[in-house]
Amino acid sequence: MKAAVITFPGSNCDRDMVMALEAVTGHKVKRVWHKDSDIGNVDLIAIPGGFSYGDYLRCGAMSAHSAIMTDVKKKAADGVMILGVCNGFQILTESGLLPGALMRNAGLSFICEDTALDVEHSDSAFTKGYVSGARITIPVAHHDGNYFADPETLDRLEGEGRVLFRYASDINGAQRRIAGITDKTGRILGMMPHPERAADPLVGLTDGTALFQSMLDSVN
Amino acid sequence: MRARITVTLKSGVLDPQGKAIEGALHALGYSEVEGARQGKVIELDLGETQTNDAEARVREMCEALLANTVIENYAIEILA
Repeated sequence: MKAAVITFPGSNCDRDMVMALEAVTGHKVKRVWHKDSDIGNVDLIAIPGGFSYGDYLRCGAMSAHSAIMTDVKKKAADGVMILGVCNGFQILTESGLLPGALMRNAGLSFICEDTALDVEHSDSAFTKGYVSGARITIPVAHHDGNYFADPETLDRLEGEGRVLFRYASDINGAQRRIAGITDKTGRILGMMPHPERAADPLVGLTDGTALFQSMLDSVN
Repeated sequence: MRARITVTLKSGVLDPQGKAIEGALHALGYSEVEGARQGKVIELDLGETQTNDAEARVREMCEALLANTVIENYAIEILA
């Protein structure tokens, strides 16, 4: 699997994402600067967490208009898998690749903790390595992870099996405790929790590894 | 020409910062406050002299970047 990780000014999880991807794929991951215009021939594009552009205006609003996003949208239309984590999820909603928006946490506090998630189902390119209904532990670190969409959109997401991860308890006010969703093709995933921070025994958590393995298996 | 854009959260969208402001005002004794919503104001200096043209362009800017219409409304004032 050929993967690329995009770095925006203010990204801070890009190296972790590269390490997690390289550990699973065994191949060097291409690093791409947000001002580049062509990602090249890849199977997966990861948009990492961080605080791109200092979260100015709205989280992800500036990055959604970076030069590289034109190619991300083109690759998405071609069926390339896209993973957006945390700020990457915010960038995907701001760019219109995923529905809804990420708002300020209902409790107003920045939340940085290991979080219990439920894997909604394993019938997806991102969760086929999990058992449906499994409860896993993945860290979150966000101030704006409160997922919002109108009720019709939420019903559609649920009806089409596009909610892949849900918080086991309400940590940030997200509608229906949604932690991660896909687009209608199932090839684009946005999630607030950080699987790349839970993919190495050295850091104590490994429940994220199955997500990277799932993506690898979905490409090969 | 100057444009002032006011961006506010749509009604029905939880505004936790507005809630915190309301709570703080109550704590200060302003019990008449029945609600508070927080938004943002953006002012643009425009090299444009036609009000209608300016408003149309600023509307485009709001849709493209300045507001997220999933959760926000915006209002435009063209100031002389």
